[in-house]
Amino acid sequence: MTTKRVSKKAGKKTCVTLKEHIVEIISDSGEGAQRCGQSLGSIAARMGNGIWTTEIIPAEIRPPARSVAGASGNRIRIGSGYVTNGGDETDLVVAFNEQVLLGRVNARELKPGCIILLENMWRTHSDPNIAKSYAEAYERLVKAGYKVYEIPMEEECLKLTANARRGKNMFALGILCHIYNFDLQAAREQIALTFGKKEKSVIDANVDLLEAGHKWAEANIDFCFQIPATPTDKKQISINGNTSLALGVMASGMDICAMYPITPATSASHYLSEAFEKVGGIVHQAEDEIAACAFAIGASYAGKCTVTITSGPGYSLKQEAIGLAVMAEIPLVVVNVQRGGPSTGQPTKVEQGDLLTTIFGSHGDAPKVVMAPATIEDCFYSVITARRIAETFNTVVVILSDASLSSSQQPFDRPQFQESWLAPPIDQSPVPEGARPYDWDPVTGIARRFIPGQPGGMHTVTGLAHDRDSHVAYDPDINQEGLRARSLKLAALQKTLLPPEVFGSEKGDLLVIGWGSTKGAIEEAVEALRAEGKKVSSIHLRFLQPMQPGIKDIMKGFKKVMTIETNWSDSPNDQLIDEDSRRYSSLATLLRSRYLVDVDCWTEVRGQPVKPRTIRQVLLNKLEK
Amino acid sequence: MKTSATKQLLDLYKEQSALEDYQSGVPRWCTGCGDNAILAAVQRLCRDEGLRPEKTVFVSGIGCSSRFPHYMKTYGFHGIHGRAFPVAEGVKMARPDLAVFVNTGDGDCCSIGAAHWIHALRYNMNMTVFLHDNQIYGLTKKQASPTSPIGTKSNTTPRGSYLDALNPLTVSLGVSNVSFIAQAVDWIPETLFDIVKAAYHHKGFSFVRIIQRCPEWLPKALEPWLQDPDRVQLVHHTDGIQLSPGLARVYKNQVEHDPMDIHRAREIASNTETIPVGILYRNPNVPCYEDTRHSGALRTAEAIRKNFEAELDKYSV
Repeated sequence: MTTKRVSKKAGKKTCVTLKEHIVEIISDSGEGAQRCGQSLGSIAARMGNGIWTTEIIPAEIRPPARSVAGASGNRIRIGSGYVTNGGDETDLVVAFNEQVLLGRVNARELKPGCIILLENMWRTHSDPNIAKSYAEAYERLVKAGYKVYEIPMEEECLKLTANARRGKNMFALGILCHIYNFDLQAAREQIALTFGKKEKSVIDANVDLLEAGHKWAEANIDFCFQIPATPTDKKQISINGNTSLALGVMASGMDICAMYPITPATSASHYLSEAFEKVGGIVHQAEDEIAACAFAIGASYAGKCTVTITSGPGYSLKQEAIGLAVMAEIPLVVVNVQRGGPSTGQPTKVEQGDLLTTIFGSHGDAPKVVMAPATIEDCFYSVITARRIAETFNTVVVILSDASLSSSQQPFDRPQFQESWLAPPIDQSPVPEGARPYDWDPVTGIARRFIPGQPGGMHTVTGLAHDRDSHVAYDPDINQEGLRARSLKLAALQKTLLPPEVFGSEKGDLLVIGWGSTKGAIEEAVEALRAEGKKVSSIHLRFLQPMQPGIKDIMKGFKKVMTIETNWSDSPNDQLIDEDSRRYSSLATLLRSRYLVDVDCWTEVRGQPVKPRTIRQVLLNKLEK
Repeated sequence: MKTSATKQLLDLYKEQSALEDYQSGVPRWCTGCGDNAILAAVQRLCRDEGLRPEKTVFVSGIGCSSRFPHYMKTYGFHGIHGRAFPVAEGVKMARPDLAVFVNTGDGDCCSIGAAHWIHALRYNMNMTVFLHDNQIYGLTKKQASPTSPIGTKSNTTPRGSYLDALNPLTVSLGVSNVSFIAQAVDWIPETLFDIVKAAYHHKGFSFVRIIQRCPEWLPKALEPWLQDPDRVQLVHHTDGIQLSPGLARVYKNQVEHDPMDIHRAREIASNTETIPVGILYRNPNVPCYEDTRHSGALRTAEAIRKNFEAELDKYSV
């Protein structure tokens, strides 16, 4: 939805004013396109533009050079106002070779008529096969209607550095700063911050390349864009979801994170290992996922609540231990950065496939709290909230993030640190005479936890059914009582939650319900349809278990209700699928069973964030049906 | 008898511990089960060392032996099968001030939890570990375990078990950072206690394998060793276990061994004809993981805030 009008000038050129643009920088991995993209995003954010950056990651560490499947880079949606998601297809792409570009074309990620800035060194390459494939690709792209600009990046960079392959990304950044009319000084500052750990000569060399790119574009590129910014007076930070989660761990006052490496969760632990340990926090890389969870449980049992961070396969492995924490009522925060499943699935791709396994996972009735951050900012605050819930209710809280949030970057208001976020000191006071380790409150099910070191509180926690003294229970009534207490805690938490806010009117033809990272895309589609007069609204659930109050009342205001999710659901169009056989999506299943409302669903599992344009079409179809 | 006023005052404040201070409930182990001997030795250790019950945690997995914490009047953690080590590591990392013990069985430690066992040795966290090794799964009613001798008839191996037994001592002695390995048998309570005590006093991961009888499922398995004292080899040293005259009279098969000598320790550990009893290896110089990992930085609210703000500065736009 780009509205064009001609106004501002950059140098001698007249810039086209846009509401937003989506830019991609792609290369073979190791050529720095990601750093270029991240820097561009940060510069845009410095200018006061809204941004949403998405990483383009190949599945392998070093895929073959110049391969269709090897595209590595970044995609930045730059907007005038706040940007809530990655948007639709790309408007402008910088590619360091034609093969990675073809990968993006094949994936239908480029808008028709997209501007392409293509490294032209391959045209005259000494290997005739390479030169030929370049020439063919060029022809194909031009024929397909793309506006292809050949850029002598290598040649220009060689004027400044012997290793042009390493410097090209900053040259490209300079070109983009010119095209989008970004302040060069802001770009210099960003480079200084990005390379902050390196010596000054490295920073200077990169700044030289940036300026060269800018100058070259000034002289050789015949177009430019202006995306008016709406700067805010509030201080902002720009980070990705995993960094946000990690900052949340630090701000929650938790002392220990136990983890095992798994994509796409690990970068949160990388960051914690760097930043958290400066103030005595500990990141324990355990020998496996089960050990990471058991270690976290042991540490929680003896002290403050801890966190373990993982992704789908690791989450499966932790199931038995999570059940133990539920049974023994030990606070624990588990972060599951979901990826495509089942099995090894799509490690670097987004999916919301773990909702039901999270709610119903572990054997027996193991009630736990399940939260889902919907934005990068949510990732931060959800950890602080999760820690507090875990310690208030002595239970497990699972945070369901996903691969899209994990690596996407978005600016938000700088959090104002509050001491109340921190976990309280470990209680070491004597336990009153006669107090019992599981003295479940008859209404809320909550019992005060005794921590090792508290005189008089000695008892043995156990995963076996146990009574109020934590003695192994052989009496059937005691098992009934224990399960009741652990279940009631969720009801007690549920009474403290607020109803979800309705995006749009409270009455209408269609209500869309979502959860997790799809919020921005859903609301963008809903907003667009509402602007066209369609009676569509949406709600987005941040708590999946227990569920927020008021959902049924909200649903009553609409003729139709459906969920939009990125997990599997059968399509009613398939020959064998009917009401008897259709498997609904995760959230739809939950809503249907809880509220007895005929909630429909639409899902896709293409490993990409759902595009607003796609959702818009789905909603239109649903309205017409 | 005259005593000085100072001594009387000191005596007044001196806490006297009794065995009852550490006893909880009546063990439900079978009569003649080796677990009872281990419990007696450990309760005596707690009393003699005056361990504060609230500062002591026994962590276990699943199995007959893992019921152990329920019979101690300390803090206890009866967890899930095979995962006693990581739980205990978490406890120790969060709370280095607590005395941590682990009770685990041959199935719990050497089979389902084997990965954790190897890594626990390598972490070398300061805790005392008792491997209750009766060479059979007891709680699940007689299945061969990794330490069952080849040919052991059980419900899953009615024609005899197929594989040679895993030797927990040689396995442990092959792991880097190993710092304390000892072996005891349930039928010599005197050395059992001495070894338990030495293990407790070692700073690091003290691993004690205790060969114990299972009167229910393998009543005859250890008969040859019980009947013939010469098939028990007492491993002694001035830096290890010392032999009382009475013990030395009964068990004549003795070997002097310096616990710092790991190569000799491996040799002794490989012996399957006789059961070596004593401290095979002790190295007080191996660093403990919790000491390595705790930076000593004070986790005050102010320090956390400062660090947090500095991190946010990096991402300001």
